[in-house]
Amino acid sequence: MNTSARKTIWTLGSFLAAMVLVAGVSLVAPAAHAKTKAPIRIGVIAPFSAIDGASIINGAEMAVDEINKAGGIEGRPVKLFKYDNHASATDAVRAFQRAVKQDHVVAIAGTFISEVALAIEPWSARLHTPFIVTGAASTKITGEVHNHYARDKYVFHNWLNSDFQGRVVCDFAKDELVGKLGYKTAVVMSEDAAWTQPLDVSYLKCLPKAGLKVLDHIRFSPDTNDFTPLFNKVESEHADVIIAGWAHVGVKPTVQWHQQQVPALLAGINAQAGASSFWKSTNGDTEGVITGTAGVSGAAVTPKSEPFTKAYTKRYHTTPAYNAYSTYDSIYMLKAAIEREHSTNADKLVTGLEKTDYLGTVGRVKFYGRNDLYTHGMEYGKDLVQTVVFQWQHGKQVPVWPHRVSLAKLEVPSFVKQHVAMNR
Amino acid sequence: MTLLLQVLVDGFVIGALYGLGAAGFTIIFGVSGVLNLAHGGVMVVAAMVAWMVAGGILHASLLTGVVCGVAAGMVTAYATYYLVVRPAQRSRRIPDEEREIFILTATLLLGIVIQEGIAYLFTSNPVTVPPLVSGVVHVFGVRTPTNELLIGVISWVVLGLLWLFVNRTRQGKAVLAASINPHGLAMLGFELPQIHRLVWGLYGLLGGVAGVLLATFEGASSGLVGGLTASAFIIVVLGGLGSVPGSLVAAYVIGFMETVTAYLISPAIRTLPGMVLLLLILYVRPQGLLGRR
Repeated sequence: MNTSARKTIWTLGSFLAAMVLVAGVSLVAPAAHAKTKAPIRIGVIAPFSAIDGASIINGAEMAVDEINKAGGIEGRPVKLFKYDNHASATDAVRAFQRAVKQDHVVAIAGTFISEVALAIEPWSARLHTPFIVTGAASTKITGEVHNHYARDKYVFHNWLNSDFQGRVVCDFAKDELVGKLGYKTAVVMSEDAAWTQPLDVSYLKCLPKAGLKVLDHIRFSPDTNDFTPLFNKVESEHADVIIAGWAHVGVKPTVQWHQQQVPALLAGINAQAGASSFWKSTNGDTEGVITGTAGVSGAAVTPKSEPFTKAYTKRYHTTPAYNAYSTYDSIYMLKAAIEREHSTNADKLVTGLEKTDYLGTVGRVKFYGRNDLYTHGMEYGKDLVQTVVFQWQHGKQVPVWPHRVSLAKLEVPSFVKQHVAMNR
Repeated sequence: MTLLLQVLVDGFVIGALYGLGAAGFTIIFGVSGVLNLAHGGVMVVAAMVAWMVAGGILHASLLTGVVCGVAAGMVTAYATYYLVVRPAQRSRRIPDEEREIFILTATLLLGIVIQEGIAYLFTSNPVTVPPLVSGVVHVFGVRTPTNELLIGVISWVVLGLLWLFVNRTRQGKAVLAASINPHGLAMLGFELPQIHRLVWGLYGLLGGVAGVLLATFEGASSGLVGGLTASAFIIVVLGGLGSVPGSLVAAYVIGFMETVTAYLISPAIRTLPGMVLLLLILYVRPQGLLGRR
């Protein structure tokens, strides 16, 4: 045989051998591969560049990492898909569609801002994909589920809605503002957004019952930069306390309240003040501000609350905002639902989630049923979810209510104290 | 009476801040012929750096923060000129009749890049720079944060220095001449590139000071970039493109109109009357209140 013929035989021969090897390996490999199960894909949607958006992503990430470390769900690892919706309804809808159609997630958790959550809701119905709302509060979210159950049953609301949040503030007001400080009057001051509409209705109904006369009801555009005229109005009415409904705004009105030395205590809901980075953003002007939130360092709402708060703070260098707690819990609740139904099928997941009775970081979580007003909404109650109220004192978030988790008494900033004393 | 005083005080400060921001914007147009749509970026970058140094991250002294903030404003202005505006002005591949639109679009895009960059690095949540002085003063029964009054005073001091510079120094007079007739100035032997260097640096200084002061009063965030550019644009067109006195007058007109609207009607529509006025002026006197061209 000549050299070129030998070369050809060698080349062909080695090529054939390689093919046999590859074929052999690929026959053996699937058998080995079958032992590593396909991951369970879960999506999370939030505005990355907002503090109250990053907290959603981080809360989900922490839960997924813990679950995977403990062996996954029924032996399958969880794969988390994160989507930035830029706080825009259109981007959120596109993210939802992409998550379901391209990335094949079995369920989605998120987002911040009720307007965005409401925009996503019909898509959860159309694409038959469970959507757990963790960062919005409008009562319309569960309103849709109640009115069109067969269509919208895929949506669950894992955070206290505005109606309940208003009641929490009123309960706090009755115990602390009226009961301990002797306050008599209040002004309701809320940003004009979807979540504050039911909130203000709740405030106006329950504050008088708690002992606070409502002198005025102010709603301002979330684009407001200069709050001076509004604070001047509050001051001219001599209110003892401002009951806020703030989430889209936070830094500006708080800083201006402090710098203008508005002689009224600032309480109610100031959602952005729930993160420790708020102290830095306001350069400490948030001293004395009171707000309700899901969890606070030092408040043992449940045995899981403190460990989560500590681990989150260690990992992300800021305390968790309220929706980090709710999103973290949601992932675990999804896990429980999957394990209960032994399936990731959408309708089975819905059934599984409806059976939720989970002790999370915010409390004991159950969802209202089909015939309740807030179908698939988080149940509110002393032994269920009541949330916690804290006050910024000397640079720290100190829980002040309810009594069983409170660590200190309410402090009144000096520029407020003088005013109230004068009014008595 | 108290309400009137509150409006006067608030309007005075707002007008001064607007004036400071708009003065730089109109000088750049007058000398370079550029409508810098990344204007808000200069102010917000200055604010963010001041916060980072003095407030949030480095915890240095307030003075250091302010100086760093203003310097950052100047860096941003220079970056806008050398990286975006000058290459576009000199490029032979852009047809002359399209050049202005090209520069306009380029600065608009730069503004968006700055906005998104700030959001990525600092989140879109607002931050505030610690106030220069704390406490309140009582002016005729109106309680005002001392810082707010100080901002008004500082703005006017800076504007006064600007006036001195433009009218009393050789360099400054050259800048004024360049805004009237750049070719004539070149024929007299002045180096135009040097003038441009000076003007953009001055612009960065004015915008930087305005941004830092704004952050001590209202706070700053990435979302403000577009709005600040729009405000400056409206004021400068109302006052007359290229005229600094015009933009100052317009700044106060707009400032007071906004303040009165916010107090008497609602803060939600505070910008509306100003914009309606702008439309009317463009119809009746398109060169603006004190414009030359």
